Amino acid sequence: MAERISEHRLTQLKALEAESIHIMREVVAEFRNPVMLYSIGKDSSVMLHLARKAFYPAPLPFPLLHVDTGYKFPEMYEFRDWYAREIGAELIVRRNEEAIARGMNPKEYGVARCCGALKTQGLLDALEEGGYDAAFGGARRDEERSRAKERVFSIRDEFGQWDPKNQRPELWNIYNGRIHEGESVRVFPLSNWTEMDIWLYIREENIPIVPLYYAKKRLMVERGPLLIPVYPGMEDQLHEGEEPVEVMCRFRTLGCIPCTGAVRSEAATIDEIVAEAAAARRSERETRIIDHGSNSMEDKKKEGYF
Amino acid sequence: MTEYDFKLSQEIELLRLVAVGSVDDGKSTLIGRLLVDTKGAFEDQLLAVRKKRGQAHIASPEEIDLAMLTDGLAAEREQGITIDVAYRYFATPKRKFIMADCPGHEQYTRNMVTGASTANAAIILIDARNGVMPQTRRHTHILGLLGIPHLIVAVNKMDLVGYEQSVFEAIRAEMREYCAKQGIRDLICIPISALNGDMVAVRGEHMDWYTGKTLLETLETLSVMDDIDRKPFRFPVQLVNRPQTRELPDYRGFMGTIASGTVRVGDEVMVASSGLKTHIKEIVTFDGNLEEAFAPQSVSLTLTDEIDVSRGDMLVHPDTPPQDTRDLSANVCWIGAEPLTRRKKYLIKHTTNTVKAMVAEIEFRRNIHTLEQEAADALEMNEIGRITFRLQKPMYYDAYADNRVTGSFIIIDTFTNNTVGAGMIV
Repeated sequence: MAERISEHRLTQLKALEAESIHIMREVVAEFRNPVMLYSIGKDSSVMLHLARKAFYPAPLPFPLLHVDTGYKFPEMYEFRDWYAREIGAELIVRRNEEAIARGMNPKEYGVARCCGALKTQGLLDALEEGGYDAAFGGARRDEERSRAKERVFSIRDEFGQWDPKNQRPELWNIYNGRIHEGESVRVFPLSNWTEMDIWLYIREENIPIVPLYYAKKRLMVERGPLLIPVYPGMEDQLHEGEEPVEVMCRFRTLGCIPCTGAVRSEAATIDEIVAEAAAARRSERETRIIDHGSNSMEDKKKEGYF
Repeated sequence: MTEYDFKLSQEIELLRLVAVGSVDDGKSTLIGRLLVDTKGAFEDQLLAVRKKRGQAHIASPEEIDLAMLTDGLAAEREQGITIDVAYRYFATPKRKFIMADCPGHEQYTRNMVTGASTANAAIILIDARNGVMPQTRRHTHILGLLGIPHLIVAVNKMDLVGYEQSVFEAIRAEMREYCAKQGIRDLICIPISALNGDMVAVRGEHMDWYTGKTLLETLETLSVMDDIDRKPFRFPVQLVNRPQTRELPDYRGFMGTIASGTVRVGDEVMVASSGLKTHIKEIVTFDGNLEEAFAPQSVSLTLTDEIDVSRGDMLVHPDTPPQDTRDLSANVCWIGAEPLTRRKKYLIKHTTNTVKAMVAEIEFRRNIHTLEQEAADALEMNEIGRITFRLQKPMYYDAYADNRVTGSFIIIDTFTNNTVGAGMIV
């Protein structure tokens, strides 16, 4: 990878890399019990890669935490377990078993309630159970307009809630990691990365990603403007009159099967994905059902959602 | 499939920007305009903020409520104001820009300081109808204090003053005079209409009398070359890495981000606090060991001798040591709700080092209108002054004017844990 533009100057990707590594090291230095939230997506892949760089040659000084909803793609579970083993990371998987036992699903209960129970509550419970005082997340500020307001170190009260109007000023690269007992901090080392940066970095660093990001023919139903995947055993999540068809497509972001749309695409290699991302006229989060509706991301974030 | 130029993408530089102004100067509109004109905003994001509902396509930027694109919080959209710093990203084939959009309301000046602290260039928005406001002066003064290398004054809403050259000239003259008083030399003034796009990404047809570059051209061509790699070597130690694994029983790496300067294998280095000297054995990275590293790379250093080094220490070259003091004098921008008062104790975080500090003296408060020094017993929120702190142990530093990393610190309230001040060492 080209490191420098000229002597002693970093490319913008290398400058972002250095910044992210700096943030991760500050957290490990100042917090008692950090954890890295791992969602198996491309941003998580980049964050994890940066963490390996940050603490090399030592193993990761914190575990990975996957808050599972039970609705993820089989390819994601397979990738998660393989990659954690491959890099020798400690992987913790937690689910909101109570809600899962009650049959929580987006079709009957609505997307907001399902996400609230399986993701937000699942995450808050897992953080409390582990006694973590800092949790890394792979959110980027360019993803969504309320995320654009997030600090790198984002303080959460003892209920895990975010108060966007009362955030700590963050100056230079000096991060204030002091918190009271019971409070915690969400840390976003990828704050300044854009979707384009993520793809370029994956390409230049050869970072493994879930194969769902690459285009191939998949079984889908069309729901409004979205392509929703059909997996065996999940037919009950289909809506009236929806007929599965084979479509050449790929996923720009990965979430739960019933709530993650694909886009029609021929991009089957990383170079083609970069070219597609560069030409994209619609944001990647458009394919996430959770984001639709007024204020939805901000409200969820206040409640403790990532 | 369109071809993507990978080679070109590897030459893209990063420019960190901040946009400031008074209420209603149209910052959000300008940023919305930059996002639209550089294709930094996506179609679905634009459709979500179109003025007329139900439209399937955006024919022209006039159909979009540009401010709604950046005001991310519900309270902001309700009140039609920007409360918090929002970070926005856009790119041209030459540069990637990270822009902090800062609120104009006085009570949110602290957020402006936040957004400006990392910036290499600032855009100061002025409403052509109102001219230079008290907030403009306050913000410009803070930008000067924060040492932002390039200041760009964008005189906005030129469409509302009939694109009149004399209006622009008068504002430019006033800003030049104000900046000259505080030693800011690099000032660029551009007349624009963020709403219509004149002189933002395109020249437009209304201001032929202005011969300078458009705002976007200016941003693309500003020098981002700083001499940070040629300054004295400063390496604040973040962490000591001792894996103590079977493969690495004796590895002891000092992790950190090079604050300034360049370091090479074999260099003699000194621990600033103890004066102990040793040599660089290796510069370790995940991608392989390096012969040389420079600011702002994040690396690990191993040393040839086992000397006492821990978090908060700074490695330097012995021939270019930093200054040290227990009586620290600094320009302070106060951002805490409770005032700073004499004899009050705080924590100061400087690079990776946190020390106890007591306010020994409020040397003066700066009147941001007249720039005069005034006597004061306290610094209230949003005020700026010169403070002397007595430190519990010596600090190793450079003046902020010489080094933005080793010359800056934050002040932390020990009771609330909040960040209450920004310090720039003189």
